Amino acid sequence: MDSMTIIAVASIIVAGITTSFGCMGPALAEGRAVATALTALAQQPDASATITRTLFVGLAMIESTAIYCFVVSMILIFANPFWNHVIAQIAGK
Amino acid sequence: MRLSPDEMIFWQYGLFKLNATIAFTWGLMFIMAVGSKLITSKLSTDLTRSRWQNLLEIIVTAIEKQIEDVGLKNPKNYIGFLGTLFLFVAMATLCTIIPGYEPPTASLSTTVALALCVLVAVPLFGIEDQGMAGYLKSYIEPTVIMLPFNIISEISRTLALAVRLFGNMMSGAMIIGILLTITPFIFPIVMTALGLLTGMVQAYIFSILAAVYIAAATRVRNPEAESVPNLDT
Repeated sequence: MDSMTIIAVASIIVAGITTSFGCMGPALAEGRAVATALTALAQQPDASATITRTLFVGLAMIESTAIYCFVVSMILIFANPFWNHVIAQIAGK
Repeated sequence: MRLSPDEMIFWQYGLFKLNATIAFTWGLMFIMAVGSKLITSKLSTDLTRSRWQNLLEIIVTAIEKQIEDVGLKNPKNYIGFLGTLFLFVAMATLCTIIPGYEPPTASLSTTVALALCVLVAVPLFGIEDQGMAGYLKSYIEPTVIMLPFNIISEISRTLALAVRLFGNMMSGAMIIGILLTITPFIFPIVMTALGLLTGMVQAYIFSILAAVYIAAATRVRNPEAESVPNLDT
């Protein structure tokens, strides 16, 4: 396999794996966070405003790791510098 | 596949490019500044007031209450900065209803700019509250060994703020674009509504995180100044 094929295959496979891990991990973590928040709400309904706000902030922090994985996947598929370099080389020949 | 509104260029002259990000940002600024100037030109303090003034009052008091809940003692000092962050990102998201509009926060330039504003504002508020020596001493807490880690955490917080907002906005626009090509029209409509919801949540998250960072930089550290909880309600 020449380098162009290797770059394409590696980018595609790794983009898929990145997205899949990036969706699994945060989903599990957010599920645990919401479960704990619901338990806390059931025990102390008066503090629902604080608990809800803290829950949302925590969920956003967890979600941001999923977003990092998504951004890396998008870069691999649409703005891949190695692929652009190889394409420029092929076009230059 | 268009990754950001940076690539929609309206007009170009040499090095200067008027792309969609700049055009929509200035459009938003114009609408918000002119709109609020018009609404606040005739403020009334009696029981009857115009509905627009009512709307602005609801927004301002809600933001003030949120800032106070986070732990900042004097919300009026901070509401200029934090309120602007929230309103700009929220308005940028809400206007996606208008056809042909791309949110400027879907471009990495805008989100990095906003995150840099937070990066500069946190030390400024900290120094204003505690003096230069007091603020710089906070980097050495709890021990001197933590100094590089505190500095790294400042930088990574800023980066996380920028990439979080950019990723959420960009993914919303991209999913709608992809779905438009493969599914009936109802699904992109539903995804646009979801994009509105996540955009508003991200606006709230951005400003609340900025408030939390400022609160961490300005909290009083001497134990005798901690307020005793008032036990007789």
